[in-house]
Amino acid sequence: MFPCCYFPFYGEVRRISLENTFKNKTVRLNFRYTFLINKDRKIGLTFVKKTKSRGPYRIMMDLKKNWWKALAILILLYSIIGGLLIEVPRLAILNETIRALFFHVPMWFGMIFLLSVSVFYSIKYLSSNNLQHDVRAVEFANSGVVFGVLGILTGMVWAKFTWGDYWSNDPKQNGAAIGLLIYFAYFVLRNSLEDEQKKARISAVYNIFAFATLIPLLFILPRLTDSLHPGNGGNPGFNAYDLDNRLRLVFYPAVIGWTLMGVWFSSIRVRIRDLQNQMNETA
Amino acid sequence: MKNLLLICFLFLSLNGFAQQSASSMINEESAPKVEMADQFREDGKIYVLVAIMVTIFLGVTVYTVSIDKKVSRLEKDLKN
Repeated sequence: MFPCCYFPFYGEVRRISLENTFKNKTVRLNFRYTFLINKDRKIGLTFVKKTKSRGPYRIMMDLKKNWWKALAILILLYSIIGGLLIEVPRLAILNETIRALFFHVPMWFGMIFLLSVSVFYSIKYLSSNNLQHDVRAVEFANSGVVFGVLGILTGMVWAKFTWGDYWSNDPKQNGAAIGLLIYFAYFVLRNSLEDEQKKARISAVYNIFAFATLIPLLFILPRLTDSLHPGNGGNPGFNAYDLDNRLRLVFYPAVIGWTLMGVWFSSIRVRIRDLQNQMNETA
Repeated sequence: MKNLLLICFLFLSLNGFAQQSASSMINEESAPKVEMADQFREDGKIYVLVAIMVTIFLGVTVYTVSIDKKVSRLEKDLKN
């Protein structure tokens, strides 16, 4: 019962792990104990209740694998603090709302990235028929759409104070709304099909077409007509203003940070789905 | 010699142009008073906002990390 257990030096913390098979499942108990000599020269073992070590070593090991999550958090902290505090160009109408560039625009960049990953996995599914690829395609599309909804909501708040109304049927707004509705239909379509392979195949094809429609809706059509949105319909994009590079200093990190955050959310959902599938297989 | 002098003067005048355009740019920037939250910043109230946003962001992040850890634990349990 005491495998690999040896006595530590005085006061040093050691670990024992006890393994036992219980109802066909291996139960592992981890104990930490210290070796002490009392006042009256008696040897005593003190068990430390905590079964997991949470020292800096463990955090370092976590960071080795998850460094990009820590990077995302740090970058986003920087973008929030910097986005509120740095000097920005003084422009009429926009005034302080130019700072929406650091919060609203990264939502769309993140969405485009997540949806492209989703399309990538859809194509992979079609060539491999591996349902794991389908799971990845759905979950990346899922968090991409969450970003899109946040983008459209923040855009509406901004539009209220610069264009005078939450919704003014601007081509950019309408394009974004149609694009999101196409993606909502993607989820409806998935849920309406029973057979797993059929569901995966049809929705993969739909996903590719949805993405191919979204790009012109967001980036081409608003530029062909009169959109009030910065960067469209003859309105200069932010790049024309920021010759000083002050905006870019926060904007690019914010885009990277939110994209990484989106990948993180998707990866958690993918892992949960994989666990569910594993449990269904064993059950 | 004449040409050299001419070139020298031309360079001097170029410099003058540069000076002029730079100063006019500064005037252009400061001339139209665009209303910004300058008073708000001077009062230091912007730091309240920064603190609130950082707190909310950190809270959401800690929550996400805890979900991530929970999933990792489930993965480990299912493997054993």
